[in-house]
Amino acid sequence: MELNSKIPEGPIEKKWDNHRFAMKLVNPANKRKYHIIVVGTGLAGASAAASLAELGYQVTSLCYHESPRRAHSIAAQGGINAPKNYKNDGDSVWRLFYDTVKGGDFRAREANVYRLAQVSGSIIDQCVAQGVPFAREYGGLLDNRSFGGAQVSRTFYARGQTGQQLLLGAYSALERQISKGTVKFYDRREMLDLVVIDGQTRGIIARNLRDGSIEAYIADAVILATGGYGNVFYLSTNAKASNATAIWRAHKRGALFGNPCYTQIHPTCIPVASDYQSKLTLMSESLRNDGRIWVPKKVGDKRNPREIPEEERDYYLERRYPSFGNLVPRDVASRNAKAVCDEGRGVGETGLAVYLDFADAIKRNSKAWVEEKYGNLFDMYHEITNENAYETPMRIFPAVHYTMGGLWVDYNLMTTIPGLYVLGEANFSDHGANRLGASALMQGLADGYFVIPYTIGDYLASSKFQQITSDHPSFSDAKRDVEQANEKLVSIRGNKTVDEFHKELGKILWDYCGMGRNADGLKKALEMIPKLRDEFWKNLRVPGSSKSMNPELEKAGRVADYMELAELICADALHREESCGGHFREEYQTEEGEAKRNDEKFSYVAAWQFNGVGQPETLHKESLTFEYVKQAQRSYK
Amino acid sequence: MNITLNVWRQPDQKSQGQFQSYPATGISPDMSFLEMLDAVNTMLVKKGEEPIAFDHDCREGICGSCGMVINGRPHGPERGVATCQLYMRHFKEGDTITLEPWRANAFPVLKDLVVDRTSFDRIIQAGGYVSVDTGGVPDANCIPIPKVKAEEAMDAAACIGCGACVAACKNSSAMLFVSAKVSQLALLPQGDAERKQRVERMIAQMDKEGFGGCTNTLACEAECPKKIPVTHIARLNREFLRAKLT
Repeated sequence: MELNSKIPEGPIEKKWDNHRFAMKLVNPANKRKYHIIVVGTGLAGASAAASLAELGYQVTSLCYHESPRRAHSIAAQGGINAPKNYKNDGDSVWRLFYDTVKGGDFRAREANVYRLAQVSGSIIDQCVAQGVPFAREYGGLLDNRSFGGAQVSRTFYARGQTGQQLLLGAYSALERQISKGTVKFYDRREMLDLVVIDGQTRGIIARNLRDGSIEAYIADAVILATGGYGNVFYLSTNAKASNATAIWRAHKRGALFGNPCYTQIHPTCIPVASDYQSKLTLMSESLRNDGRIWVPKKVGDKRNPREIPEEERDYYLERRYPSFGNLVPRDVASRNAKAVCDEGRGVGETGLAVYLDFADAIKRNSKAWVEEKYGNLFDMYHEITNENAYETPMRIFPAVHYTMGGLWVDYNLMTTIPGLYVLGEANFSDHGANRLGASALMQGLADGYFVIPYTIGDYLASSKFQQITSDHPSFSDAKRDVEQANEKLVSIRGNKTVDEFHKELGKILWDYCGMGRNADGLKKALEMIPKLRDEFWKNLRVPGSSKSMNPELEKAGRVADYMELAELICADALHREESCGGHFREEYQTEEGEAKRNDEKFSYVAAWQFNGVGQPETLHKESLTFEYVKQAQRSYK
Repeated sequence: MNITLNVWRQPDQKSQGQFQSYPATGISPDMSFLEMLDAVNTMLVKKGEEPIAFDHDCREGICGSCGMVINGRPHGPERGVATCQLYMRHFKEGDTITLEPWRANAFPVLKDLVVDRTSFDRIIQAGGYVSVDTGGVPDANCIPIPKVKAEEAMDAAACIGCGACVAACKNSSAMLFVSAKVSQLALLPQGDAERKQRVERMIAQMDKEGFGGCTNTLACEAECPKKIPVTHIARLNREFLRAKLT
């Protein structure tokens, strides 16, 4: 299979403009003849569904929640980047482009990243027009703060609830279209298969989670905006129901999966406290603007942090990276936290934590000042840990947060299956091997508001569609297969719960394919995962019926997919014999312990083709060239 | 710690429901309330019984999915938290905890503790937005907004749409929910053009869905996990009056 990224010709700053002109348009009267399905209603899905409906397309939107507003974009805390240069600190489209390519450790497509930087300013304009209450200065203009991997302040925010406010903006645009009848919305529907007819995407099969019935939806194009797969690790900062099912089942229908091993471990999360823990909670990266990260200099120093004098503390990020300090990118911050804990200098009962200390910020400004900026995060921390972070430093530790990998898409965001598009975290594009803070919201909304409305028209205008109904054998076969698979899950009647299997799988991944990876461990994981998967299909217990509301069955279907995806993640991690961004292979590091890339051998996107469960997948390579940002050892010193 | 749960079980919307009692043993005070329910559900699944169905997702108090009436109080005894942010340390050894779904005509029970809150979405559809299409909007800084106003709008916009305000109200009124959106957009210049229709249509939809009126008992404010104050209801009333008089 030849991978064609369809990057437009011309200098990078002209590519998107040229491409927009070159693409075919659908005339306004014809748009209503085309039907588009959008799966997922987070930032990418809601913005896409609303924008496409505004253009005149017939849109069907589905999500597994009861309401579009519950998508996990809602939980993003920190902010959204845009190079408005409102702070007069030297920001520009070029600098955001540069920071993102470098932050991604030179494993992203330059053309995509440049486009992202170009349209990001319009996102802020759009959200403000919708009434998103961004933080403001006393003069009434917008405020900014700093995030990791950048030396300018370009992050727009709404307290610690930026994702919520942006999603409610996109949700309100979507609800407006629903009220006009231009979007048909179906709540509590989970996509369980993709229907491809004569090589064209023509619809999906979904389960109505209210009553268990299996439904077919027909369209001329399908957009998946279904988020990332971090929950494959069981413990992550993702919402409990966030899952890989939609993209995984599309993968099984022929869409290639790009860079599955690129997972982001976020440095500032509340540490794991017990084995009954059901999820991990993020403390926004914005805290690193004013909080200082440290551990004791001495191994095994168990004193109360307030009794450890200044000279016996190691502010290791400030020491090792004087120019970026506490604001190094996430992969660097996480790796360093792991390193100091591995040395035995970790804090808290488990020794798997570092301090994030606000004492200096409180002394420099005031408690009230800190409270205004971060109050809700301190409250959240207090609820979970029963500790007051105004008085004692927060304890934090890295946790799985985001997946840079996802379905492979070309510059138009189309997968290797014609008519199947993937937006937001669900695709692999833009972030390379590590995502910078405040860039996920930017990418989700860029894809939905400003990319897909143009690129999908080009496909629709240049394709022919045969009339089909849901009686078509491809639909009825897919429907039957889905029904049988669900029936199988409830009829195993074994002894272990879905969560028990999920925890076991997550532990394998965390131990062997987490913050540090090596060939021996990955090989071990690749032996363990198929065994666990076999046991899953023999010894799973799912009570209830497949023909009614059954949350346990929903979980079982998702974990069944993780059992397959996990194997691909490890295979990808094993094949990539280099370290880059969030993918840290212990065998490949510099003398100072930084990630050591191998540009000669691995400057490519690994796009995997499914060959059947348990069968090795076929690797396809999209080589990456860097014409504008020179590939170099990333330095934040 | 060991406690007893008294839980509302109802197989589906049409069936009759009833309370059922379950022991929850070996519970750690540091467990979240939902982790305690996970533990009870694991026990039920092992016995081959259907687990207790409840909506939940982000488990950090922002998605608005979770919500149950715990010992008569929506989201339980602590102020300013959603059910998922409640911890077992707030309960005592030997406690009996009664769990019910939100009770309101406009929130029909789908299963056990899961209710259908799509009526909230229909209220938003009636006018909880600014009518702008994608593209063609002015630069973000062309619309200066005084910080104090922006902060107040943000206080209202913090609503997570969980429905605790309705569950807390003896009239099952959705006034706090509706006021949060009306107030946010009334405080901002972007909302001004549609100010009149917005409040009229949203109130009309609220009535149509079967939510009750407000009699100022302030239970909604007391139970709101985001501590949204009833001053927004006062603004909603002013907006409504203003719309009717102009």
